[in-house]
Amino acid sequence: MIKTDILIIGAGPTGLFTVFEAGLLKLKCHLIDALPQPGGQCSEIYPKKPIYDIPGFPEVLAGDLVKNLMEQAKPFNPGFTLGDRAETLDKQDDGSFIVTTSRGIKHHAPIVVIAGGLGSFEPRKPPIADIANFEDKGVEYIIKDPEVYRDKRVVIAGGGDSALDWSIFLADVAKEVSLVHRRKDFRGALDSVEKVEELSKIGKINLITEAEVVDLQGDDKLNAVVIRHKGQASDEEIKETDHFIPLFGLSPKLGPIGDWGLEIEKNAIKVDNSYDYQTNIPGVYAIGDVNTYPGKLKLILCGFHEAAIMCQSAYQKINPDKKYVMKYTTVSGIDGFDGSRKEAKREVVKSIN
Amino acid sequence: MSDIKITIIDREGEAHVIDAPTDMNMNLMEVIRSYELAPEGTIGICGGMAMCASCQCYMLSHEHLLPEKSYEEEDMLDQAFFVEDNSRLGCQIFIKKELNGLELKIAPEST
Repeated sequence: MIKTDILIIGAGPTGLFTVFEAGLLKLKCHLIDALPQPGGQCSEIYPKKPIYDIPGFPEVLAGDLVKNLMEQAKPFNPGFTLGDRAETLDKQDDGSFIVTTSRGIKHHAPIVVIAGGLGSFEPRKPPIADIANFEDKGVEYIIKDPEVYRDKRVVIAGGGDSALDWSIFLADVAKEVSLVHRRKDFRGALDSVEKVEELSKIGKINLITEAEVVDLQGDDKLNAVVIRHKGQASDEEIKETDHFIPLFGLSPKLGPIGDWGLEIEKNAIKVDNSYDYQTNIPGVYAIGDVNTYPGKLKLILCGFHEAAIMCQSAYQKINPDKKYVMKYTTVSGIDGFDGSRKEAKREVVKSIN
Repeated sequence: MSDIKITIIDREGEAHVIDAPTDMNMNLMEVIRSYELAPEGTIGICGGMAMCASCQCYMLSHEHLLPEKSYEEEDMLDQAFFVEDNSRLGCQIFIKKELNGLELKIAPEST
């Protein structure tokens, strides 16, 4: 069981800045994120794109902003559970919470902060009837262990980097690899496209372009896919296979958080913006793009503001009897949990005789 | 007044004739959101960077007046679902006076 003061769901810019604000109040944080790296959308979708509305930064690349936020949070030793999705929220008798991830890791904290942005990034599922019935029975959206495919027949669908790269990799593992793509053009890295072309010429990848998988067949498990050529229902082939792996990228979904009993409006969590961004569940806050209130703006800078306000409220909840006033970092410096200290240089007082 | 008329068919099949400003640097995705013709969280998820395809629309007129698809838009449509020949990403089409009378249909939400 991981124990912390503030459990943050979502390691995007808002979640990362929460670590800093909580740290100033001597509260320790742990973050959970479904992506394998911190930074949220900034790292996953647009690391190389510039942002122009972070106060004090006329221009900053999203990836660099994340790097800086990590640096700023570092003295406060945040814990991370990455590549794992927060699945359930259980309120304990003492008012604290246990959040369990899809891998079964339990996190215990008196305060839960949802800084989940647009939700957790999940594989996009092609609109094929019955596909849900074949999940884990031959249909996988993520390749976790390539050995599963050893000496098996595999059909991969998609035209991006992951479809190309896995086709290349599995060509040496699986008995047969077919790559189905809607167009003739592939948009992945040139190296990968050339490699797939080469493997296709020597018969190690069965390249099926201008085609789409439109149906799945099998009783308790997948044994064939139906491939439609050039969008013609009259031009379909049944291809026997053990596995079908659609690789169409990731898209964010609110996911299990939607079932936690939180008030949801417009796919976002309603919070009290007149005070502390708390949700309808006391002790659970929502900040950043994931929340909504009258006049809400989904901007990183608004997430930062909400984080600072929310941490003050969390401090009062955790320490109901302690008096506290907000301090300026310029005045009081920063004492990291790692023993580091940062402070403004003292003025030199020296009299001139 | 620098508004143009656009007909937008929502995901339920209902047609809305709306006014769209040509002087606000707005794109089709933003126009759809401003009139709430598709629920928040189901359109414009990436914010308009041609990186999610949640604003896919079928263009029913003015095809010859639309801007060419960029590499990013082609790339995204390659990975999207329910794509037709007249599919475009709404976020890549900016409101200009030549598009007066434009008709389009919002593509189904992909799961």
